[in-house]
Amino acid sequence: MSETETHSVTVNGEHRRVASGTTIAGLVGELGLDPARVAVERNLAIVPRSTLAQMLVEDGDDYEIVHFVGGG
Amino acid sequence: MMTEDTWTVAGRTFSSRLIVGTGKYKSLEQNAAAVAASGAEIVTVAVRRVNLTDPNAPKLTDFIDPKVTTYLPNTAGCFTAEEAIRTLRLAREAGGWKLVKLEVLAEAKTLYPDMIETVRATELLTKEGFEVMVYCTDDPIMARRCEEAGAVAIMPLGAPIGSGLGVQNPVTIRLIVEGAKVPVLVDAGVGTASDAAFAMELGCDGVLMNTAIAEAKDPILMARAMKAAVESGRLAYRAGRMGKRMYADPSSPLAGLI
Repeated sequence: MSETETHSVTVNGEHRRVASGTTIAGLVGELGLDPARVAVERNLAIVPRSTLAQMLVEDGDDYEIVHFVGGG
Repeated sequence: MMTEDTWTVAGRTFSSRLIVGTGKYKSLEQNAAAVAASGAEIVTVAVRRVNLTDPNAPKLTDFIDPKVTTYLPNTAGCFTAEEAIRTLRLAREAGGWKLVKLEVLAEAKTLYPDMIETVRATELLTKEGFEVMVYCTDDPIMARRCEEAGAVAIMPLGAPIGSGLGVQNPVTIRLIVEGAKVPVLVDAGVGTASDAAFAMELGCDGVLMNTAIAEAKDPILMARAMKAAVESGRLAYRAGRMGKRMYADPSSPLAGLI
């Protein structure tokens, strides 16, 4: 079996496929984002920034990735 | 030498009594210039999904440095305590601090706060370790409820958000100021400089505004005006205004008239 296995996940409401073994920090990087400037929620639970590099993306995960924008 | 007139919220001390929003500006450059002209040390910010189609789009943090200016994350767009708590947990993770602005709105038409949900959210957030500055109605009893629920600052509306109508209920704002043990800031409704000065003359610790600056024809000039107005209103409050009289009282002596 040489084909790389992938996981199906949702990021900010959009469907994505991610190679298995990818960490959440890896996913954030793949999206072109700086992990120091965003917050990640996985399946409605906050993922502490300090653990992003250890946590693996799992099939069916639902992510919300947010940052600060202008507001009153 | 006059001692510096600072104010303190949740153990943090600030010189500027003006808090400005960062919404509705034409550009991030204009926004940053207005914040600089306002002298504000705190800006409110919203928490939103990142743009996945253009991750390199300019970001607020590139123009207003959160290490220099205190970001006060808000819960704009939240209509329940649970939505507000979810938003602020994310904000705390993104920013690394726990001082936040809670607003739980009841309806889109007036953007009036839902005070029952607001008080409930204040309690829950305080239990989670947040320091909650609470946007509320200009109702002294509701303001007290917020404080009892753990609010570190009470922020009654002067008028509906974005209306620019000025302080509609000076009597209740004053009652809130007199009753509160935490800072009171008028949040929302300011339209022009005299509105901000008036709020400060009532004894408020500060004023929070967004639209009055962002929607001025010259936002940077209005930011300067607001800085001066807040300082002026504060000085007038500290100075103590003269009493009001029904009739005239001459300023020049009557003795020695020729």
